[in-house]
Amino acid sequence: MKYTYYPGCTLRTKAKDLDAYAKASAKALGFELEEVTQWQCCGGVYPLGSDEIATKLSSVRVLNEAKEKGQDLVTLCSACHHVIKRVNDDMKNVPDIQSRANNYMKLPEPYKGETNVLHFLEVLRDRVGFDNLKKMVTNPLTGKKIGAYYGCLLLRPGEILAFDNPENPTIIEDFIKAIGATPVVYPYRNECCGGYISLKEKDMAKSMCDTIVESAKGFGAEMLITACPLCMYNLNKNTVGDVPVYYFTELLAEALGVKEDAE
Amino acid sequence: MQRIGVFVCHCGSNIAATVDVKKVVEIISQEPSVVHCEDYQYMCSEAGQAKILDAVKEKNLSGIVVCSCSPRMHEGTFRKAAERAGLNPYMVEIANIREHCSWIHKDMEEATEKAVILARAAIAKVNLNAPLFPGESRVTKRALVIGGGIAGIQTALDIADAGYEVDIVEKTPSIGGRMSQLDKTFPTLDCSACILTPKMVEAAAHEKINIYTYSEVDKVTGFVGDFTVDIRKKARSVDMDKCTGCGVCQEKCPSKKTPSEFNRGLNNRSAIYTPFAQAIPNVPVIDRDACIKFKTGKCGLCEKVCQAGAINYDQVDEIVTEKYGAIVVATGFDTIKLDNYDEYAYNQSKDVITSLELERVMNAAGPTKGHLERLSDGKHPEHIVFVQCVGSRCNDNRGKSYCSKICCMYTAKHAMLIRDKYPDVKVTVFYIDVRTPGKNFDEFYRRAVEEYGVNYIKGQVGKVAPQPDGSLLVQASDLLDNKQIKMKADMVVLATAIEPEASVRGIATMLTASIDTNNFLTESHAKLRPVESPTAGIFLSGVCQGPKDIPETVAQAGAAAVKAIGLLAKDKLLTNPCTAKSDELLCNGCSVCANVCPYGAISYEVVQVNDHGIREDRRVARVNNALCQGCGACTVACPSGAMDLQGFSNRQIIAEVDAICR
Repeated sequence: MKYTYYPGCTLRTKAKDLDAYAKASAKALGFELEEVTQWQCCGGVYPLGSDEIATKLSSVRVLNEAKEKGQDLVTLCSACHHVIKRVNDDMKNVPDIQSRANNYMKLPEPYKGETNVLHFLEVLRDRVGFDNLKKMVTNPLTGKKIGAYYGCLLLRPGEILAFDNPENPTIIEDFIKAIGATPVVYPYRNECCGGYISLKEKDMAKSMCDTIVESAKGFGAEMLITACPLCMYNLNKNTVGDVPVYYFTELLAEALGVKEDAE
Repeated sequence: MQRIGVFVCHCGSNIAATVDVKKVVEIISQEPSVVHCEDYQYMCSEAGQAKILDAVKEKNLSGIVVCSCSPRMHEGTFRKAAERAGLNPYMVEIANIREHCSWIHKDMEEATEKAVILARAAIAKVNLNAPLFPGESRVTKRALVIGGGIAGIQTALDIADAGYEVDIVEKTPSIGGRMSQLDKTFPTLDCSACILTPKMVEAAAHEKINIYTYSEVDKVTGFVGDFTVDIRKKARSVDMDKCTGCGVCQEKCPSKKTPSEFNRGLNNRSAIYTPFAQAIPNVPVIDRDACIKFKTGKCGLCEKVCQAGAINYDQVDEIVTEKYGAIVVATGFDTIKLDNYDEYAYNQSKDVITSLELERVMNAAGPTKGHLERLSDGKHPEHIVFVQCVGSRCNDNRGKSYCSKICCMYTAKHAMLIRDKYPDVKVTVFYIDVRTPGKNFDEFYRRAVEEYGVNYIKGQVGKVAPQPDGSLLVQASDLLDNKQIKMKADMVVLATAIEPEASVRGIATMLTASIDTNNFLTESHAKLRPVESPTAGIFLSGVCQGPKDIPETVAQAGAAAVKAIGLLAKDKLLTNPCTAKSDELLCNGCSVCANVCPYGAISYEVVQVNDHGIREDRRVARVNNALCQGCGACTVACPSGAMDLQGFSNRQIIAEVDAICR
């Protein structure tokens, strides 16, 4: 099984691990991530401005390439997933954006939101299946108490991201169970880490991250896992740092016994 | 050619502000067959109707067109006026120039033109009208009340007190409904059971009332005055006549792990159970899904311990068929499911409960014997937070768009009762608006604030986060202070939106009673016929029609009873003469009409016809006028054009269309 894969810039710089472990794990699980031939930064933040399309075109190019290949598009970074998924929804449901983007792109065939955008976790849940994943795990992380940190970008807006119940998600907990560890459910797992506010108002980001980490710790989490490089940055930089934060792909690669294979 | 009088109503400014009524009169006066045309401010008033009477006499009118509001509003009024003037009432047509014209248009010129066209269509129809004469149908002097809560009980008592037989069908094992689950009632704080149980007993003892509990309506046929209803008496597995209600079976039953419906799942009940101690009838039922005997064939303990020999595992559902003249729907409500509101952690924490669950917690017969305690650890709470409008007044698709109406008052009641009984407990209420219209209601709410020191904060709760120490952290906004607040609480109570009982959809379908997008039954007129369904003979009582508190429910229950009594008091009903009629010379007996008839009003018979001198036996459709509701489905379906609807004949409709397209 081949998927068109959009890594995004952070996965080439700060978050190389997220990418490398995902690819190694995908291979072990029997699917291939075929990188988009020419990709640009997604913009990092979904552009809410409705009067311009320039900031959405990067996503449209990627989406269209996947469409032309007849493949689903897989993402890893929460921010990229959020941006691309929402732009895809615009291309499907907002006629004005759809027509202006297509007028600009002059594609052989207009793009109308046909591509199915999947986050890597959704591939694990809906395509591989957590039950199958569990069977393929060679090195179960038994006894590890792991808190899932969703952040907000994967979950909201719930109708468009359609990732999981935004108020009480379970996908990462199910993932944690599949790799043999014990999920720790804590109420702040779906709260925002502060995102880019960290650049401007350090104190606010700190208080938001503290709430998350303290809550996770209080319920007994030994470590947190995330899918988002920015969440990772904030949780590491804005807290005392006594709860380590990992990308979920690192633990996946470890459980599958392919951690060493990651380049 | 008819001699037609046309009357154009101003409806105050409702019509006259958008339609130039004088111009309509001027144009319509020129129409052939119109011998009289005038306008008046309020045609429906006595003076307006007098104008019709005078015109009929002076101009010897044979048909009347009233250009006014919807026929749903005043067709009856003008038909009666015509009858008083000596005309057949079916010689009246309404041109709806209000709802279909003035209310929906802004441009006077266009609206006036449209009003003229609508009037012409009505004139064209009247030209082809023929006098129609209603038949008579009998009235079965017995009423059915669906639902045995306070609404159904009150309606049944009022109908029975007027001397008519009433059957109550209640789907649970006991009558009593939601009110029996309540602890105290606002605004007087009297105990719910103390005022409800006497009514339950009265209903059960009333010689004119027959109660079917653990029963459901299976099938409804017939029409106003003459409904035939199949009632399914679900197998109770206990003989109603033998059981003494001693309760030993419930004590001995080894299967005690089924969540109690009556206590909202806060504790468990046995497989053989009565929902609560004061249940009427005090005869248990066996929940066959939970019963060990039914699941495995072993056990049978209840049968062994029953001194009266009342246990009967072989009982089967029984269908009772009964005839009724009137049916009152009193199916009530339930609280919405909170699966879409996980931010309040209802499914995550035992200490987050709904207000109805709090009623059970506060009730002496409830799961905590009336002690206010956290359900997770039994500890006495120090701080309770109430969240109002959970799922009500919701502008996304998670909840309900409407106000559930009762929550502001019961939340004030809960807050007050807690502060009264446990002065050490701090109480905070989050609200969007506090809505307390009703007699002595606002005073009640103010007492909660001023005398009982309940802390009301205008703002909505965004998150309830269970903490590692077992407490709850409530995150909210304070809209008056423009601040984000976080406060620790030991319990959170959610004023959960109410919605009609789920079974009401099926019941409405059986009754062909209309229902709105929220599953509330629609009343015939929002203001003037609030307890009648548009379907004749169906009346609405209680929350099935819209959110209501107990005083309003009881008032509406009485009103529904009066309407039902008014119907039952008649010996005969005039039937609608606008029924279908088959022309046997055109009918080829193909059965298409019978297949589309929703009322089973069409049958076939072989008759001898004389078709242009050729005598032969033919199978032709025959319409039962008593059953036909005049829906017209058959007239559209008939391939040979033999079916026609009296008063709405194909010729009349075509004439109207021609007049519009002229």
